[in-house]
Amino acid sequence: MRVTCVVNGETRQADDVWPGESLLYVLRERLGLPGAKNACEQGECGSCTVYLDGLPVCACLVAAGQADGRTITTVEGLAPGTGEEQLDRVQRAFLATGAVQCGFCTPGLIVAVHDLLARDPAPTDPDIREALAGNLCRCTGYEKIMEAVRLAATS
Amino acid sequence: MSTLTREPTTVAGGVGTSAPRPDGVLKVSGEFAYSSDLWADEMLWGATVRSPHPSAEIRAVDITGALAVPGVYAVLTAADVPGAKRYGLEIVDQPVLAVDEVRYEGEPVALVAADHPETARRAAARIKVEYAVRAPVTDPEEALSRGDLVRHVPVHRFASAGGDALTADVVVTGTYEVGMQDQAFLGPESGLAVPAEDGGIDLFVATQWLHVDQKQVAACLALAPEQVRLRLAGVGGAFGAREDLSMQVHASLLALHTGKPVKMVYGREESFFGHVHRHPARLEYEHGADRTGKLVYVKARIVLDGGAYTSSTPAVVANAATLGVGPYDVPTVVVDAYGVYTNNPPCGAMRGFGAVQACFAYESQMDKLAAAIGVDPVEVRRRNAMTTGSVMPTGQIVSGPAPVEELLSLVRDRPLPPEATGDPRERPGGVANTTRGEGVVRGVGYAIGIKNVCFSEGFDDFSTARVRLSVLGGEPAVLVHTAAAEVGQGLVTVQAQIARTELGVSQVTVATADTSVGSAGSSSASRQTYMTGGAVRAACQAVRATVLERTGRADALSLVDGKVVASDGSVVASLVELLGEGDVEETVEWRHKPTMPLDPVTGQGDAHVQYAFAAHRAVVDVDTELGLVRVVEIATAQDVGKAVNPQAVVGQIQGGTAQGLGLAVMEEIQVVDGVIRNPSFTDYLIPTILDMPPMEVDVLERGDPDAPYGLRGVGEPPTISSTPAVVAAIRAATGLALTRVPVRPDHIALAP
Ligand code: FES
Ligand code: FES
Repeated sequence: MRVTCVVNGETRQADDVWPGESLLYVLRERLGLPGAKNACEQGECGSCTVYLDGLPVCACLVAAGQADGRTITTVEGLAPGTGEEQLDRVQRAFLATGAVQCGFCTPGLIVAVHDLLARDPAPTDPDIREALAGNLCRCTGYEKIMEAVRLAATS
Repeated sequence: MSTLTREPTTVAGGVGTSAPRPDGVLKVSGEFAYSSDLWADEMLWGATVRSPHPSAEIRAVDITGALAVPGVYAVLTAADVPGAKRYGLEIVDQPVLAVDEVRYEGEPVALVAADHPETARRAAARIKVEYAVRAPVTDPEEALSRGDLVRHVPVHRFASAGGDALTADVVVTGTYEVGMQDQAFLGPESGLAVPAEDGGIDLFVATQWLHVDQKQVAACLALAPEQVRLRLAGVGGAFGAREDLSMQVHASLLALHTGKPVKMVYGREESFFGHVHRHPARLEYEHGADRTGKLVYVKARIVLDGGAYTSSTPAVVANAATLGVGPYDVPTVVVDAYGVYTNNPPCGAMRGFGAVQACFAYESQMDKLAAAIGVDPVEVRRRNAMTTGSVMPTGQIVSGPAPVEELLSLVRDRPLPPEATGDPRERPGGVANTTRGEGVVRGVGYAIGIKNVCFSEGFDDFSTARVRLSVLGGEPAVLVHTAAAEVGQGLVTVQAQIARTELGVSQVTVATADTSVGSAGSSSASRQTYMTGGAVRAACQAVRATVLERTGRADALSLVDGKVVASDGSVVASLVELLGEGDVEETVEWRHKPTMPLDPVTGQGDAHVQYAFAAHRAVVDVDTELGLVRVVEIATAQDVGKAVNPQAVVGQIQGGTAQGLGLAVMEEIQVVDGVIRNPSFTDYLIPTILDMPPMEVDVLERGDPDAPYGLRGVGEPPTISSTPAVVAAIRAATGLALTRVPVRPDHIALAP
């Protein structure tokens, strides 16, 4: 089947999509956007988080066909331009606080934090923890991720 | 040569600064290429057929059904492995593909390559394997009595010659169990194998040690090592789970057979079968002390389940034995550690291996001893704390700093966290809203651990670094090239920092690790900043010596901001001028001080390079009715010798502490009759951001004169003592004995 959607502001089309494929697979393997990650492919880790029509979703749980005609923003589409100065404030905060180690959780977390701060510009610590409970990180123990969210909220 | 011993010069972004990660921007923008992100024209996808049985004879394998699937390019079994049929880190015993039998659930039996991953999986499901199922051996004690021994390490040391009777005024005993933990890195096993024109293979993978992979892959493919070229792809965490091979030989076999690039990416379930785990252990301890709590002897018997193949079990057993009494002065030690073969999943390297299991037992014992003599847990540890000059149970003298007492004091003296706020999300059970505070009791617990850094027991442990100084765009620039695996810990950052410090040049590039430069050894045993850091420093020093020689002046002593500066501070020359004669490049192979094997009977010997220490204090709230635990805060103090990158050091300490918390209260691969019952993140729980408390960290810098910059390996110690600290806090809250980790709700709520 053919899937057409707007990804990071551009209309993109994928052909010969097998109906069992997920949005994650289409993004990563057919559209050349491997930013969303594949840590579990069963909705448990949040590493594949992208915006679908403005709402954060686990791309691994969205069937490719469901994305047809919709608008998707991935981590690759968050920064308005390329280069370090152009990064979104959430991306900059992750770098400044050392919230990135292996970085496999990072793209999903950045989309999730971006969404959190859009909804709640000044979240408390318990709010942050609740909002990010679906994003696993194995490297950091989350302390520096907490710092990154607090920094992004005030920058 | 006097120039080599001068103090290193300093520049921004050098050693001791929290220089940013060179791969950071790529990682936050989604552009960093992990091993599962790779793509090549005409690429095929590989899939693996695995045994559903922990033990069975293979009667027949019928691949015809798979071959008939359109889109399938190859189906391979053991007969198609051209070289060695088995591989292994130390002992070559693990089949590339099962030969006549399978010895654990998940053992690879056959491979498929197809043009779509789903086609490959469906074809794999059509391979018919006829098994004659055997009863698996799953009890380590039974394995031991059958003689299925991987290694026995005795460590016996007596206060007086001729051996002592093990008697003391106060004796405490206990038997402890540690469940099977998974490394659970987020980036699954994956990579891309590309067939090369010379008949060899180019392999892009996530691994911890490129050269040990190269050696094993080449042997299995019957190729010369130089025909197997590995390049490190982006690594999504490792923690020991990438020390053994996973898809490396498989993807290469499929690529050579089809003549096409082959990508393999494990799903999460397959990942649970695709790597070794932390050894489950049973530990019997007896501590004898005088009435003041001073230890007289420790006797222990430790049995570690190595599972079906050897992997790194021998080293794990040695760690458990040699570190088995903890960072304490113990006059008489009789420790026997055993690793056995069973039909359980193979176990091998995971952060802190051997030391983690022992620490849970000896620290539980120290708490028991404290209770028996009526002093507080920190005090009993202080009374026995080792110091510089202490003698290990192996007879090795601890030559570097051993600030055990100071670390304990640091965590003890931190202010305790405030009482619960009343926000239901901060209670045990959290958002599930299972209590309003009734039945909730707070507890505080302490623990301290010890870990060896680098490879031990006489292993020829080295790392290689190539450093080139040249002029780029009119500025001096450094290229650092090693084969050391950046797995997330920040090794690329550290290499660049060292080059900046040693050469006084700010523009430093760290080349992608590959096998075109000599081995760096593994990113394990907390060794890479020590070893590859040491190699990069030595190579930089060699480069600097050559550059200084070019000035022809004896007083040209240091490199600062791209200039050669004399001892009186005057500028002698600019680097750009001196490099006009050509680039300067040096390659250095660097070793730590030699170690010795352990005596096979007494376990005596200077087997370890360096010791590292971390202490934890955990504060928990326990809902005693439901058995739910919320860790409120963890304080850590660790001696790192020198914090080469303070931000990364704290990140390692917090991340390691989290993995120890996971083992304390959540993480266990449930194995029943050799079968894994929970191979998913739905059922194997790692700490989420809701499970983790704030973590306060004290970093001590007591330089080790033997180590580069005085540094001490950082990665493992925080994982070791956080588990017993959390459990001690739960014991303090509940009064329960809690002899097994992970502690489950029913251990608390349904305790008799
Ligand atoms: S990959 Fe989608 S939630 Fe884990
Ligand atoms: S940084 Fe590695 S999983 Fe989060």
